[in-house]
Amino acid sequence: MVTKPLTKNIDMSRPPLDMAGYEAADGYQSLHAIAKGLAPADVLQRVKDSGLKGRGGAGFPTGLKWSFVPMGPEAPKQKYLVVNADEMEPGTFKDRLLMEGDPHLLIEGMLIAAYTIQADKAYIFLRGEYIVAERRLRKAIDEAYARGYLGQNILGMGFNLDIVLHTSAGRYICGEETALLNALEGKRANPRAKPPFPQVSGLWGKPTIVNNVETLCNLPGILTYGVDWYHSLTKGTDHGTKLCGVSGKVKNPGCWELPLGTPIRELFEDYAGGMQDGLALRGFLPGGGSTDFLLPEHLDLTLDYDVIGKAGSRLATGTMIILDDQTCPVGMVGNLMKFFAHESCGFCTPCRDGLPWVDEIFNDFENGRGTEKDLAILHEHVDYLGPGRTFCALAPGATAPLGSGLRHFREDFERHIKDKKCSYRG
Amino acid sequence: MSSDVIASNAPTRARRLTAEEIAEIEHEMTLYPDKRAVGLEALKIVQKHQGWVSDESLLAIAKYLEIPPSDLEGVATFFNLVYRQPVGRNVMLFCNSVSCWIMGCEGLRKHMKDTLGIDFGDTSADGHFTLIPVPCLGDCDRAPVMMVGPDLHRNLTEEKIDAIVADYRNKKS
Repeated sequence: MVTKPLTKNIDMSRPPLDMAGYEAADGYQSLHAIAKGLAPADVLQRVKDSGLKGRGGAGFPTGLKWSFVPMGPEAPKQKYLVVNADEMEPGTFKDRLLMEGDPHLLIEGMLIAAYTIQADKAYIFLRGEYIVAERRLRKAIDEAYARGYLGQNILGMGFNLDIVLHTSAGRYICGEETALLNALEGKRANPRAKPPFPQVSGLWGKPTIVNNVETLCNLPGILTYGVDWYHSLTKGTDHGTKLCGVSGKVKNPGCWELPLGTPIRELFEDYAGGMQDGLALRGFLPGGGSTDFLLPEHLDLTLDYDVIGKAGSRLATGTMIILDDQTCPVGMVGNLMKFFAHESCGFCTPCRDGLPWVDEIFNDFENGRGTEKDLAILHEHVDYLGPGRTFCALAPGATAPLGSGLRHFREDFERHIKDKKCSYRG
Repeated sequence: MSSDVIASNAPTRARRLTAEEIAEIEHEMTLYPDKRAVGLEALKIVQKHQGWVSDESLLAIAKYLEIPPSDLEGVATFFNLVYRQPVGRNVMLFCNSVSCWIMGCEGLRKHMKDTLGIDFGDTSADGHFTLIPVPCLGDCDRAPVMMVGPDLHRNLTEEKIDAIVADYRNKKS
């Protein structure tokens, strides 16, 4: 039985499977199953039943997201599927693996999603720096056209799909789905006001689904091996497997496919090998730079969206960033604040003006000029930049490591003020 | 004011796009339902051929795609991989996000300053290298990392950077 549906074909010591190899490994079976008589509504029901949640960071149920797309004869004829392949969340390195390692899996997932919402055009929004992924995806797309899995009247179903691979040119904000749509339309990538949501009015005003790479890569397994099989994968409350990464000063940093519900300790100790010699674990961001710090006492939590949510953080991208006891927590949060300040699109005031202010204060702390008043201003910004204060989730994302960093590492901030320097740097 | 001129002390005029650039831009236009969407692609195409996007190039694209130059400039200056200034033969995209920071990228940045004389935004005196910070390159298990041109270099150390620099100097000169 398949237990690692996302990575079963991935072996980075060789090129990815070509069409023949991929088909021999049950590839495109889901498309043949659809051609044998699954209606879009049948596929939607299976995806809903699977319990799949979006793997891009927000964890929204995929079937529910799709169900908002207008269907039937009254629905707009033109609809779009857009793949969010703009992986840029600090500390996140999972979609690269999928696209470089098994590009056909993404294409198969796209076919399932596009068929379900009856979109005949799909764009892959790939970050410009992912040059190997671009090359491998282009080859796989060409193979899929040649095999009749893309183009007109696919497998005689009367269903058409064209895939365009769009390579972007930077800027973290493009990962925000409405900013991404603006970028695809050739505009500055400022996020849009919601509603209307993209499912109703997205790319060029047409109904559009934006899904993350890993989300789409979950679909072929669900259709090929069934919902019951998918439900058998998990060890916890959420369904399926998840790509989980560990970076920082651990013995064996890397990215692995694990059942959801796996204890964090297993990921950290058995897979990542625990801390490098002479270092102790101080804390970690469980799912990229926009998540709240968790502490060593949280290692026995399981990798589940709700479990980590209840502990005050988010599973988000599932890629952990480890803070060791000889790295300055103030410096680490400061690095993240610099990132968010730099990547703000500049559209709304709290984010555009607030984040650089926060960044400046962290510079002051680094250089021994931090004061108690600065600390109070940082605390205020956790609120000023929080959820509901801004147009999109970038600034609230920044407040996750900021607020939790201030809470968990307060003595380090105080020590910077008292010592008038960063004592981690001697 | 004509839309293909930037008003300044010495008016800048659109240059003529090359046949190759036009062919590639025309191909992109088949992939999107309107011309405006091709703006970023066209900027990247021109940059691929010219190394960077000059005012003359920007105006030429705006004219060709019938996009207001101000709109296209808004796009060009938004995306950090579009270079509106000349860059060296090899652009170094140096990751300074959190995992690379934990793994010591600031020390490597200082090393490059000491050995190449360049910090973020600078081009080396020999014209070989331009150093630019880039958000997380998505290779955090092999941090610190940077790209030089299209190539990704992982698990960087000072010695590795010295070797990479020597390699590109020899290869590309």
